[in-house]
Amino acid sequence: MAELVRKVQYIFDKECNCQEILERVVNYDPDKVIQELVESGLRGRGGAGFLTGIKWRLAKEEQAFPKYVICNADEGEPGTFKDRKILEEVASKVFAGMFICGFTIGAHEGIIYLRGEYAYMKEDLEKQIEEFTENVLKSFNYNFKISVFLGAGAYVCGEETALIESLEGERGEPRNKPPFPVTNGLFGKPTVVNNVETFASVLTVFRLGAQEYKKLGTRDQRGSKLICVSGDTPKSGVYEIELGMKISDFVKEFGDGDTKAVLIGGYSGKCIPEKKFEKTVVGEGRPSGAAILLLNHKRSMYRVLHNILDFFAEESCGQCTPCRIGYQQLLKGIEAVKKGEKPSEYLDSLMDLTETMRITSKCGLGQSAPNFFKSIIENYREEIIY
Amino acid sequence: MTQTLVEHLVEKYGKKRSSLLPILEEIVRRESYLTPQAMVEVARALELSNAEVYGVATFYSFLDTQPRGKYKIRICKSLTCGVKNREVLKELKKLLMIEIGGTTLDRKFSLLMTNCIGQCDHAPAMMINEKVYTDLTPEKIREIIKMYKQEKL
Repeated sequence: MAELVRKVQYIFDKECNCQEILERVVNYDPDKVIQELVESGLRGRGGAGFLTGIKWRLAKEEQAFPKYVICNADEGEPGTFKDRKILEEVASKVFAGMFICGFTIGAHEGIIYLRGEYAYMKEDLEKQIEEFTENVLKSFNYNFKISVFLGAGAYVCGEETALIESLEGERGEPRNKPPFPVTNGLFGKPTVVNNVETFASVLTVFRLGAQEYKKLGTRDQRGSKLICVSGDTPKSGVYEIELGMKISDFVKEFGDGDTKAVLIGGYSGKCIPEKKFEKTVVGEGRPSGAAILLLNHKRSMYRVLHNILDFFAEESCGQCTPCRIGYQQLLKGIEAVKKGEKPSEYLDSLMDLTETMRITSKCGLGQSAPNFFKSIIENYREEIIY
Repeated sequence: MTQTLVEHLVEKYGKKRSSLLPILEEIVRRESYLTPQAMVEVARALELSNAEVYGVATFYSFLDTQPRGKYKIRICKSLTCGVKNREVLKELKKLLMIEIGGTTLDRKFSLLMTNCIGQCDHAPAMMINEKVYTDLTPEKIREIIKMYKQEKL
């Protein structure tokens, strides 16, 4: 039987020789590195999905110095744990990816922003950085220093400008964009912020070559992608796959036989109900997040929605009123409908509110509101009301 | 005592705004939470206003500004852990004789809830200070708490 989900093995392949790849890449002209990346179609693996090559080109063209390379290891999206696994198992690939970035854009400093929840890894990572610097980086004629900065439990700091604020010693409140970090990043200097998996994927690109790399995956999502499977499944874990699978096939492979709905992209993603499993393909259209949460028929969608809203109400940085007040109102609103204090039509007003939040919030935290909210209300309205 | 610690940390991380988070984090690591006095000391040492420091400290959920026990237990409440943690939570409350948000009388344990800690493949999970414990069961909880009570770490 053909595999329903196309699994591949690159990122966790420990046979991959970082030294050899680095030796080859440092002999390229930085423009060639960028060209290969653009050609490969590699998109940021943090969720926003911006083309990595273009981001690096923009930072390289900037004339201000010093420049910075930041690895975003503030993996806070509920249901996501791929970056943790990369850092636990193949951290040297991330260091190598950061070095290639530094060398390409002209930065001599790299910072890994590690979420507070992963503090237990910090010491070991620092030891590995030291070894990697000594054994690998020293052999190249390019000075690049990597350090680890520890976050302190704030989901919003996964947003790149909030992360930069946090590094500068401020509250993690997202900035207005533009200007983007590639021009005005850390301490106002040109900065590339990429996700852990993106840096590790850079190694895959240079291992396979752009032409081979882009044959993997779908037109919208080239290459291999890590997905985190959790929830009601007997096979939770991180899998490296080529995107382009139907949810129905995914559920056949990973479900517990009783799957009711699938949350794609964690809390800020979408809820796909059973009736749409056949028609929905992961990796086509909108950027698809890494977290895939399976829910079976025992789960109350009211409880699920309540949990998600409670999360956002707590994690909103409070800067934009629509997001700060919006999530609190959504939470109170569904509670009131459940108790019968408000008519069921009130849910439609709440859906309008999510649209307002999408338009008027500065960052993804508030902008995500309609994604999960509408997809849950539209498909499970009766569960929310009764 | 706090003053010496703050002076030491400012020396270690440098007298600059970007040292604020590492300094606050280390105070919490050593003293379990930030007292008003500690925040005032940090503000003075970094030449920031008290409000600036307080604003940053209260923004981050791991920078506790409320009195906490020596061991802060944070149980994940996000979806995957949330549907599996009921028994574990019950066991913890029973063993420590406190409710969520509470601290034991001997100031040894605080019981807190937290958002996703990225261990969904090993739910239910919790953190005790910086350590992570996964695939929890009531039996495991009894062993872990016993270990901490006896300081056998």
